[in-house]
Amino acid sequence: MAVTMAQALNTALHDAMEADDRVVVYGEDVGMLGGVFRITDKLQERFGATRCFDTPLAESGIVGTAIGMAMYGYRPVVEMQFDGFTYPAFEQITSHLAKMRNRSRGTVTLPVVVRIPCGGGIGAVEHHSESPESYFTSTAGLRIVAPGVPGDAYALLRRAIESADPVVFLEPKRRYWAKEDLDLPIETAPIGRALVRRPGRTATLVTYGSMVRTCLEAAEAAQQEGWDLEVVDLRTLVPLDTDTVVDSVARTGRALVVHEAQVFAGFGAEVAARVGERAFYHLEAPVLRVGAYDIPYPPAKLEHYHLPDVDRVLDAVEQSLEY
Amino acid sequence: MTAGNGTVQWLHDRYADMRRIRRFEDITYTLFRRGTLDGTAHMAAGQEAVAVGARAALGADDYVFSTYRCHHHVIAAGAPMDRCFAELLQRRTGLCGGKGGSMHLTSVEHGVMGSYAIVGSQLPIACGAAWSAHIRGTGGVAVAFFGDGATNIGAFHEALNLAAVWRLPAVFVCENNLYAEFTAIATSINVEHPAYDRAPAYGMPAAIVDGNDVEAVHEAVATAVGRARDGDGPTLLEAKTYRRYGHSRIDPADYRPDEEEETWFARDPLTVTRRRLDELGVEASRVDETDERVGREVDEALETAMQAPEPEVGDAFADVYAEGGAGWRS
Repeated sequence: MAVTMAQALNTALHDAMEADDRVVVYGEDVGMLGGVFRITDKLQERFGATRCFDTPLAESGIVGTAIGMAMYGYRPVVEMQFDGFTYPAFEQITSHLAKMRNRSRGTVTLPVVVRIPCGGGIGAVEHHSESPESYFTSTAGLRIVAPGVPGDAYALLRRAIESADPVVFLEPKRRYWAKEDLDLPIETAPIGRALVRRPGRTATLVTYGSMVRTCLEAAEAAQQEGWDLEVVDLRTLVPLDTDTVVDSVARTGRALVVHEAQVFAGFGAEVAARVGERAFYHLEAPVLRVGAYDIPYPPAKLEHYHLPDVDRVLDAVEQSLEY
Repeated sequence: MTAGNGTVQWLHDRYADMRRIRRFEDITYTLFRRGTLDGTAHMAAGQEAVAVGARAALGADDYVFSTYRCHHHVIAAGAPMDRCFAELLQRRTGLCGGKGGSMHLTSVEHGVMGSYAIVGSQLPIACGAAWSAHIRGTGGVAVAFFGDGATNIGAFHEALNLAAVWRLPAVFVCENNLYAEFTAIATSINVEHPAYDRAPAYGMPAAIVDGNDVEAVHEAVATAVGRARDGDGPTLLEAKTYRRYGHSRIDPADYRPDEEEETWFARDPLTVTRRRLDELGVEASRVDETDERVGREVDEALETAMQAPEPEVGDAFADVYAEGGAGWRS
């Protein structure tokens, strides 16, 4: 049956709460309303206001309390209402959530999931359209999960909630309403494994999150040019499955990293560097990066110009082939 | 005498607890001066009564959250001093295996759930612990210590509001030593009492307490803990106190007026308690014996710590993640 990513996430939270009464879900407007994107819809009704509840507008307080709850046996799943609202909680995430385990020599384990609806494409503006992943990928101690399709959204969220490590869970909000034929619950590959979404021989598109669909569409369109593109969906950024990427590039000889975040010092730089280090002799062209421009997120009317799309991906493929 | 369990011995024991911390801090300072310790440390000498008085009001199911000035809380909680020294010395036997250092002393088994070097961070975390105790019905209370400087940071206000609105079993203890690092707190707030005066905004009961009087601190914290255990929610306490040393090891605290130092040093918690013991008829020689006994304990702890092994390179990569390790990132 056709399931949207929003439904998949909602079902994952529901199933996790049913499976484990230590799972609590909270954040701004998460309880009574069910979240501004309805990802927590009806969870309070089903599990009660102790396990799914609203908080004051206090992101540092939300993540901070999650740390304290996790110290004492709970598995909090907190929602940052929008990507930009994560920044007031940045200190708790990077200084404590990520580091308490190390600092306490493994005696404090923090199984917290911070859900962040992220990225643009919905006509919002800055603070509501951001791609904050590289802030978090550069912080050791966090796992960074970035599903691109509904099945993964369900399965990876379940695994994230079960993880003993803290997880920053990036939900591509423009894909909340994208559908996939599935029967939930579903198992997919674990956290830390990338998947070849579409096999091909001409070049490898390495991507994640919202750009998985864009890359698959680009691969379809590329057939008209006679290009057979392989699409690797990273699914998780930390841990990063470099092997799957390198294996793919070894087959195709060309690599492009596609993400919605800005190119400059974005996560694609890490992927490109790793491909360069491990697949240098397989490369027919430099690893190219396709992403947003390095500017503050533009007004909604310029969004289409800012965000990578099928044409931008195909232009880059052409550039790689002409090298 | 009404404080503690009402006995002279109780007060004498608290005196010993405070003396133990003072000795630990004095030695720590000396170790820095000699170059034996790396990094920095924030001595809590002068503030012992807050930690010791508060701890005496807590039980095994209660939690303590501290700041970068944390030695007194951790020692008061009963953490072995050799492991405290070892942590400062970055030895493998340290409370955090040498990874945390002076500012991050943590001892889960003693209920000290971390010391936080980012000002104010521990307050929301303590709220989460209190929430957990409340929902699980353990009767446990979370106590968050913080300095006067923390009352100007957002996390303080978020946490106070959360605790009040969720009616959490939490006690917030401000150690107001008059200085936020090197800056007089009086120059950075527009109220007289940095913590106490903010409490009404959150509808939270609050009290000011003499932070150099271990009995007074104990009584105030015991009252607050009792309220929390009874389901009556959080309390904010502001303990007025003063540090013997500067903000950190390099700070001679030249910015403090001489008269101010003289006034406060005359009210040193050890002096105050010694005088009280004298009034209660405890012979000076018995208190001297306590000084000597406790001094030996601390000296022996240091010796043990000095013998402990230093961390190995692999330790830096251990415990970053529960699953999968950290080595692949580098």
